[in-house]
Amino acid sequence: MDFYYGMAQLIGVHTLLGLSAYVVLLTGQVSMAQAGFFAIGAYLAGMLTVLAGWHIVPAMLLAAVASAVVATIVGFPALRVKGLMLVVATLAFGEAVRIFWFNFDYQIAKGNIQVGPLGGEGFKQIRYFPENGWSTGDVAIFIWVWVVIAMAAIWWMDRSRVGSVLRAVGEDELAAQSVGINLTAVKVSAMGVGGFIAGLGGGIYAHYTTHIEHLNFGVILATFAIAYPILGGLSSVIGVLIAVIFIQGFLVEVLRFMGDWRNLLFGALIVLAMNVRPDGLFDARATRTIRRLFGRQDA
Amino acid sequence: MLELRDLSKHFGGVKAVDDLSLTVNEGEIFGLIGPNGSGKSTTVNLICGVFPTTSGAVLFEGRDITNAPSHRVVAAGITRTFQNIRLFGDLTVWQNLWVSQNSAAERGKGWFGRWLGGDRMGRGDAEDLLKFAGLEHRSGELARNLAFGEQRRLEMARALAAQPRLLLLDEPAAGMNAEEVSQLAARIKALRKYGMTILLVEHVMELVMGVTDRIAVLNFGQKIAEGTPAEIRENPAVRKAYLGTADA
Repeated sequence: MDFYYGMAQLIGVHTLLGLSAYVVLLTGQVSMAQAGFFAIGAYLAGMLTVLAGWHIVPAMLLAAVASAVVATIVGFPALRVKGLMLVVATLAFGEAVRIFWFNFDYQIAKGNIQVGPLGGEGFKQIRYFPENGWSTGDVAIFIWVWVVIAMAAIWWMDRSRVGSVLRAVGEDELAAQSVGINLTAVKVSAMGVGGFIAGLGGGIYAHYTTHIEHLNFGVILATFAIAYPILGGLSSVIGVLIAVIFIQGFLVEVLRFMGDWRNLLFGALIVLAMNVRPDGLFDARATRTIRRLFGRQDA
Repeated sequence: MLELRDLSKHFGGVKAVDDLSLTVNEGEIFGLIGPNGSGKSTTVNLICGVFPTTSGAVLFEGRDITNAPSHRVVAAGITRTFQNIRLFGDLTVWQNLWVSQNSAAERGKGWFGRWLGGDRMGRGDAEDLLKFAGLEHRSGELARNLAFGEQRRLEMARALAAQPRLLLLDEPAAGMNAEEVSQLAARIKALRKYGMTILLVEHVMELVMGVTDRIAVLNFGQKIAEGTPAEIRENPAVRKAYLGTADA
């Protein structure tokens, strides 16, 4: 049973990560910085519960706000670059965050042990859940409450005018400007919201693994983050969830017997998927077909 | 209403627009014509802040909007269409109108009303616009699935959804047949009745001659003539530069 709970936790956290990239990708920005925002949320939330003794919910929220602030600041220079250059710039930022935590020490004595982040050793003993007697099942439920809230909020935003504005910017910046949309405000806000959601995900991640280190937040995580909305398509948030289940639940777990060859297959599958279904596994046509299956005709 | 003062745009050594001055009066339909590459579209792009001017000024209702960012130009009350249609293809017809906005006209609606409210521009307004564009039965369709003529009409409706006082039409008749051109002319005249001021950049002479009050002619970025359609038709410099081959 614990295996399935662990699976549910992992899928939940990665869904948050994928949602953060989804919001940013709607505006046409391919961000490789989401793992960096995720790391900021993870370390800060961990420090707040372990070092400052906070309850996990305010700790996560404050850490997410900090991630959002950093993401907003990153959003401004990111406006000046597009396409591949943006990928490189955000990748560089994500790595800078990782290196920061690699060098960051801040430990205090708690009882007879030292706790807190310790550079390359990582940040151990983030034991809020076990200390407060949460079972693995409790944690899984806790995670999924956040996932459902985040998905519902983005779903709703997507269907409000905001969603259309984000997509308009993603599709044609010149046309978006000339119907009165302030590109700077929209793109920077999207980065900020993406940073907030990634920070939330990181905060949860730190607590359920109880031990984080800089290597957790490298290029591979950043690649996963952006792969989810690319694979799942930008039709709706459901695509992200399905892509996470497909990658984490199917590719990573089911193909575990293949050992390190699995990663090769993973890369090949992404290339294949992008060729066969360039708008994601769930593009507009697939979504319509599914909707029809459930008897909901398009407006 | 709109005044261009010695407006210039140089791309390297090419003077795309060169010391252009003209005035569009309120309620007027003003035509801007000229051969290919004479600087018409560049002029529209300069007014809308798509790229910076080399020198000169753009004034709208007495306010200096030279080099203002595009969304500020919209807020000031100017919207445009594009020569090569630029709709949001993955959005529906309705959503294309929905995103079009004028932050000045929306002031006072609050954050919620402006961004999350469902009927920001009023369902009634949107339906009137759809009817005006002849798209009332297509509102749920993706813009990319519209026929060419419908896309042109939607783009015009989208520009109107931002409640402009001056509308810039960049070659709205390009690629249209005679029937569609006459429908377009009727729409432009209908807009004038509502008091809309229009700057019409166009190639199709029958449209320009039929609907405009005054016309300026560009050649190599410079204004070579200005006057009523009748005067322009008789102007020898214009015949030489522009109509010379077509109207010989």
